[in-house]
Amino acid sequence: MIEIINLQKKFGENVALNGITTTVKDGEKVVVIGPSGCGKSTFLRCLNCMEDPTGGSIIFGGEDLADMRVDINRHREKMGMVFQQFNLFNNMTVLENIMLAPVHLRTKRLKQAKRKNFGRKIANLFRKEKKALIEITETKASIKKEAEETARKLLARIGLEEKADVYPATLSGGQKQRIAIIRSLAMNPQVILFDEPTSALDPEMVGEVLDLIRELANEGMTMVIVTHEMGFAREVADRVIFMSDGVITEEGTPAEIFDNPQNPRTQHFLRAVLH
Amino acid sequence: MQTKIETFIRVFIDEGGYREVLVGLRNTLLIAVLGLLIGIVIGTVIAAIRVMPKYKRLPRVLDKICQVYVGFFRGTPMVVQLLLFWYVLLPLMGVNLPALSIGNFSIGPEVWASIIVFGLNSGAYISEIMRGGILSVDYGQTEGGRSVGLSYGTTMMKIVIPQAVKNILPTMGNEFITLIKETSVVSFIGATDLYKTFNDMGSNTYEFMVPYLVMGMIYIVLVSVIALGIKLMERRLARSDRNH
Ligand SMILES: Nc1ncnc2c1ncn2[C@@H]1O[C@H](COP(=O)(O)OP(=O)(O)O)[C@@H](O)[C@H]1O
Ligand SMILES: [Mg+2]
Repeated sequence: MIEIINLQKKFGENVALNGITTTVKDGEKVVVIGPSGCGKSTFLRCLNCMEDPTGGSIIFGGEDLADMRVDINRHREKMGMVFQQFNLFNNMTVLENIMLAPVHLRTKRLKQAKRKNFGRKIANLFRKEKKALIEITETKASIKKEAEETARKLLARIGLEEKADVYPATLSGGQKQRIAIIRSLAMNPQVILFDEPTSALDPEMVGEVLDLIRELANEGMTMVIVTHEMGFAREVADRVIFMSDGVITEEGTPAEIFDNPQNPRTQHFLRAVLH
Repeated sequence: MQTKIETFIRVFIDEGGYREVLVGLRNTLLIAVLGLLIGIVIGTVIAAIRVMPKYKRLPRVLDKICQVYVGFFRGTPMVVQLLLFWYVLLPLMGVNLPALSIGNFSIGPEVWASIIVFGLNSGAYISEIMRGGILSVDYGQTEGGRSVGLSYGTTMMKIVIPQAVKNILPTMGNEFITLIKETSVVSFIGATDLYKTFNDMGSNTYEFMVPYLVMGMIYIVLVSVIALGIKLMERRLARSDRNH
């Protein structure tokens, strides 16, 4: 799904990632742990180029995302991201938050197809062999209707149908984060990146968010999760990556990493967080 | 004082001076409102350019151009800009601005020129206001938009700028009020605004006290009404902060 080869990121002189190589397989749940400042967020944010890598490759959808020439927006649609601070759009209702990108992007493509067809029709006037038109089955209204149905279904799934028309400012942190998660689901992504999704939450709301992530994991969604919730990591991870100083120090199954860590830094870190 | 007031009433009402004043008032509002609208468009574009990430060459070049533009319009008096536009730029380019008239509603070339200069000028100020507004919106909003595949431009237009506008509405209101007040310089190129009509009345009667007094009151009422309008608009826009 994602192949990461010798990924590097420098902020000026500061080396945040110093050569990361790993592969995220289809349906795999990768959990990234490590001390604060070791580059976990930077690693995750380089995967969808929220930070532009300064070296190496990220192969996704048959293209190298680290190449500045690829259309990163198209790939981001297929790579959801969930942030520590939720980042719901404050100027939109919950429903608008979920519908914005699907409606906007599909409408844009519809317009492009119509424009192309128009050009072909004109060109066909002068052609002997007529070129076929692109088949258009949707209208702006149908796109909207479909997106709204999807959005409401997703809201129902997390039990927040009645919040469809309120603004984010009125929601609790747990509600915001669950909505942020279904907002990325509405794009029908192939993988979702989570950057400490529960770190900004009051303790009593951590559970509801982890429950939702666990559900998605069980349904087979591919995920890369940065988290400090070690219990959760052990439970959902297929593979745990321990990072320190911008490199992968150790990786393995949860049992290998949590029960029998080999590297002294991993041992030290786990001793500190588990006790 | 008695005779001064009588003189004013004679000129203002009996001799139809109020009609001139209405034309002046209309021009003042026209110049300020259209100037503001043009300014908002220019200012928003400039601000969006100036906050763009600057890895690539094009944003850097555009940024420099915007800096020069903003520097010029903020660094020189409005009167100077108006005079340069009317007496230097237009003749050099050989442009004759048209006069537009629909029925007895006519707008002369001086007024068009004023609208353009006011638009260019307020564009420079509004770009700075807007830039501050955009920077005041949490960067997470941009990241949220980009993470679902929206382009930089779409994220700006749909997510960041609407929030920026809400934050800067009071400052924008002040800019509009400034424009209203500044319209009093357009008589330098012969445009008829509120100030000019009262000034003409004074010159014709050699009696300035009452006309200027009335003029002052009209400006105050105008500005108060606008300030009230802005308050109402702010309250409407605060919707997304409340439960409902
Ligand atoms: N935008 C940035 N500008 C400069 N330095 C940054 C930036 N983001 C992260 N860093 C640096 O990169 C390193 C890794 O940070 P980060 O990925 O946030 O760590 P973690 O998420 O593991 O706590 C840190 O030294 C941090 O100071
Ligand atoms: Mg982090």
